Amino acid sequence: METLLIEANFRKKLFTTQGEMILDVQFSIKKGELVSIYGPSGVGKTTILRILAGLTDADEGEVIVDGETWFNSLKKINLQARKRPVGYMFQDYALFPNMSIKENLKFAQTEQDPKHIDELLTLFDLKELQNRKPTMLSGGQQQRVALARALARKPKLLLLDEPLSAIDPAFRTKLQNEILEIQRQYGITTLLVSHDLPEVFKLSKRVIMLEAGKIVKQGDPFEVLGSKRTSGKVQFMAEVLKVESEDILKVLTLLSGNSLVKVAVRDDDEQQYQPGDKVVIITKAFNPVIQKI
Amino acid sequence: MNSEFITTLLITFKLAVITTAVLFVVGIPIAAYLAFSKNKFKVVAEALITMPMVLPPSVLGYYLLVAYSPDFFIGSFLESAFNIRLAFSFSGLVVGSVLFSLPFMISPIQSGLQNLPSSLSEASSTLGKTKLQTLHRVLLPNIKPSIITAIVLTFAHTIGEFGVVLMIGGNIPGETRVASIAIYDEVQALNFDTANKYAFILFAITFILLLLIYTFNRKNSSSWKPF
Repeated sequence: METLLIEANFRKKLFTTQGEMILDVQFSIKKGELVSIYGPSGVGKTTILRILAGLTDADEGEVIVDGETWFNSLKKINLQARKRPVGYMFQDYALFPNMSIKENLKFAQTEQDPKHIDELLTLFDLKELQNRKPTMLSGGQQQRVALARALARKPKLLLLDEPLSAIDPAFRTKLQNEILEIQRQYGITTLLVSHDLPEVFKLSKRVIMLEAGKIVKQGDPFEVLGSKRTSGKVQFMAEVLKVESEDILKVLTLLSGNSLVKVAVRDDDEQQYQPGDKVVIITKAFNPVIQKI
Repeated sequence: MNSEFITTLLITFKLAVITTAVLFVVGIPIAAYLAFSKNKFKVVAEALITMPMVLPPSVLGYYLLVAYSPDFFIGSFLESAFNIRLAFSFSGLVVGSVLFSLPFMISPIQSGLQNLPSSLSEASSTLGKTKLQTLHRVLLPNIKPSIITAIVLTFAHTIGEFGVVLMIGGNIPGETRVASIAIYDEVQALNFDTANKYAFILFAITFILLLLIYTFNRKNSSSWKPF
């Protein structure tokens, strides 16, 4: 039987833009597992991470990590954030502007371990930037520093809040591979908040789906998120950029992901397309051409 | 006359330096407390600290004079226990100036701390650092412009102080007579020449100090950007 690292069960009243909402969750995470929390924004994903890290107090409930009680509202136990061995990566990175990249990493270590810092700088391709201040870095570089810093203190638990949101697609894949590699090398139990589906599929073997403060489903990402979506059709979301009339047809120029597509549609009075409209492109999936890239 | 002129200026600057140093040490913990405390009575402390900005200096001077008096428990305690008499003495002037300049040290530092993103101190605590370590290594180094503003404003304001000093210092040459009071005194004695010298020096110094803060803070305004 695999050992459990986290057993969490807590409730907290949240005040969101849509009004009051009760965050009420119960989940457990095995040692060495990488789990995603997926859901739209404002459902309490970040709050779950904050409660685990001790930055926000739950109203009631319990958090047990590796057999140690970090929070228990009945026993009035609440371990201070600084005493919890977590690596937390903030959505705004929270790098210290007064310190260089290397100093940011060194600051994270209670016991100095220059070799580990060196390893991280190499792993995240930060060697050449190590003496720069965070403000001199691009968003993507800052994110890598934030991730490296969260790892620098060798945490038991890694908490990542939208870790790859600011990174361009090409580099994103590279970093996703790095996260997987770190996960494999160090075996750190990781909880990741994301609203990006491909990321959830790629990184995690298990996903917790959150809606309005409640866990609606959890398990294998393909079962949880795929069941409704797996069908005999291929679908793309797209935005209409341009509409041109040609005889009885209309030619729509669509932007789907990063690629432009031209699609001819019937010049139908019922379906008027305008630039800016969000559309879905559906095609039968029995014969698509698939190529490896 | 000439040596008295210099002594008066020296006392003025000694008072400003000591007041600023004391306030720097006392002000930072208070500012940090006010910036981060969630205590609902904190507004009372904030109101009290800001009061010298709007209160007529003579009001503060009057209360201090009463407190310093040997008939009052603070004054009598200090006199019997430490043989210190604050009324009409330089130490009394320092205490008065510290209270009077309190908001000039605390407000800039407090607002500097409050304007930092909360994730900075949260990140520091998830990295195992205590509140004190966080303040010293993360928060204060990132509000340098606010700290410099606070120091310079406190210094300049202490130099420019008049009412409190007059009430509790008593204008004793070589002891409690500072430049701002000397100007008033010299004008009353129709010594416009000496008054003019004092006035010009205070004018020039205050201008230069403020010019320095604005120059520094303009250069440094780009040093902190929220990501």
